[in-house]
Amino acid sequence: MSSFLKIENVDKIFTHGSATTKVLENINLRVEKGQFVSIIGHSGCGKSTLLNIVAGLLTATSGGVILEEREVNEPGPDRAVVFQNHSLLPWLSSYDNVRLAVNKVFRKTETRVKRHERTMRMLDLVQMTHAKDKRPGEISGGMKQRVGIARALAMEPKVLLLDEPFGALDALTRAHLQDQVMALQAKLGATVIMITHDVDEAVLLSDRIVMMTNGPRATIGEVLPVPLPRPRDRIQLAVDPIYLECRRRVLQFLYERHSYIEAA
Amino acid sequence: MTMPLTKNAISASPLDDADEIFRRHRTPLAVKYRTQIRAFFAATLPPIITCAVILLVWQIICARPNSALPSPARIWTEANDLILHPFFVNGPQDIGLGWRVLTSLQRVAVGFGLASVAGVIVGAFVGQAQWAARGLDPIFQVLRTVPPLAWLPISLAAFGDSRPSAIFVIFITAIWPIIINTSVGVRNIPQDYRNVAAVLRLNALEFFYCIVAPSAAPYIFTGLRIGVGLSWLAIVAAEMLTGGVGIGFFIWDAWNSSRLPDIFVALLYIGLTGFFLDRLIGFIGALVTGGAQPN
Repeated sequence: MSSFLKIENVDKIFTHGSATTKVLENINLRVEKGQFVSIIGHSGCGKSTLLNIVAGLLTATSGGVILEEREVNEPGPDRAVVFQNHSLLPWLSSYDNVRLAVNKVFRKTETRVKRHERTMRMLDLVQMTHAKDKRPGEISGGMKQRVGIARALAMEPKVLLLDEPFGALDALTRAHLQDQVMALQAKLGATVIMITHDVDEAVLLSDRIVMMTNGPRATIGEVLPVPLPRPRDRIQLAVDPIYLECRRRVLQFLYERHSYIEAA
Repeated sequence: MTMPLTKNAISASPLDDADEIFRRHRTPLAVKYRTQIRAFFAATLPPIITCAVILLVWQIICARPNSALPSPARIWTEANDLILHPFFVNGPQDIGLGWRVLTSLQRVAVGFGLASVAGVIVGAFVGQAQWAARGLDPIFQVLRTVPPLAWLPISLAAFGDSRPSAIFVIFITAIWPIIINTSVGVRNIPQDYRNVAAVLRLNALEFFYCIVAPSAAPYIFTGLRIGVGLSWLAIVAAEMLTGGVGIGFFIWDAWNSSRLPDIFVALLYIGLTGFFLDRLIGFIGALVTGGAQPN
């Protein structure tokens, strides 16, 4: 059986001098095209490590990641990442940050005018055209994250990787941005893997929720499908029995069966 | 409360009326710019007063006709032509101090220019490659403490001529802080930017141009600023030994012919030029790195 993205028997061992820590053990996950998958777990369980392995920023100690029948072992624009702290280059304007990605990916295939149009289209997608000439230091956290998403989408990735994209934002901005990401995903049919530690966010956005056990030697504890129809509305969902049941099961996993152990 | 001023609004509200009258009343310039005038004097008065006091004390101490050092008044009477006419030319060796400073600056420009280019490239390389840093850093740390003039005999032996030797001394003096600061700047590039570069698959040249240079620019300019100060220090010393028409040789020449007042004037020129160089690099740095601070 072939899936769009396969994570197969991934182990990750970090070595610090003579000390070794096995962070991930035997991770197996399949993601279908157009699916939105969240990975949830307590902090320190290695979710970000897993995402970085998929992104190619880290290499698995054993096992591997296969995207469309090809093994990935280095980073590339086909797996664009939206980083938690936006990671925009502070000396470039919003436009230039997105344009850098557009230039890099489409330099050989598109004319200058086309690339400009593409950049503007991406900024328009996240409603940031009004601040295209502002530098990251001059815009709010939510706006920075939107530019970060525009930059990632501009690479036309096969998989969009979101590393706690809303973690550093206030609750209202977060809700607004979650709605935007949902709308974008519906529009573009993107395949998304998102790291989160927010139960509501995971249930609201995902088709499947991957719950990870505590580290070290973290692995996938359970995968929960979220059979909610789209488009989803957060206000209606607040009383939806399926939503509440999904939420309960994630909470149960996180707080009863794998409750967070204070770092010794 | 800001209301759009329409005819209706004015007649409706006596408060806005008063506002309008107040706005039409012209304030005198002295009152209008009071804060600026105050700021100007607050900035300029202290240095003027300190200079005056220092000159006065100096005058009092060196006022005796047989004192070893000349008083300010004597410097003025004996060397005012050097101050008033910086660009006279009376012969190949009798030229104004302005020309001499420019000759020295030319040497500094060549030596420092070469040091900047080489220093930034080597520094970026050392900051990027860990084994290079481990291997070269101890050598840099030792060599950078060697005084500029200690290089002079070696460079004279190597180049056999005084002109390239002076430039080499500038080069070797200025390059260490540039290398060290650049390598620190490159090493301090946040992992986030490296990740962005990796995801975008930037090649080495693009990585340098898009990430390294802007990210390390504040460090690089700190190094350049230290470097230009050191090269100005070194040129004067080097010229004293190698001769020629520079400002350093002028001092040596004045000492040999017992023209002490001339030396004081030359010191003034050197100090002002060094100050100007430092500010120039600082200004360029501010222009280039403006808004580039990580947030």
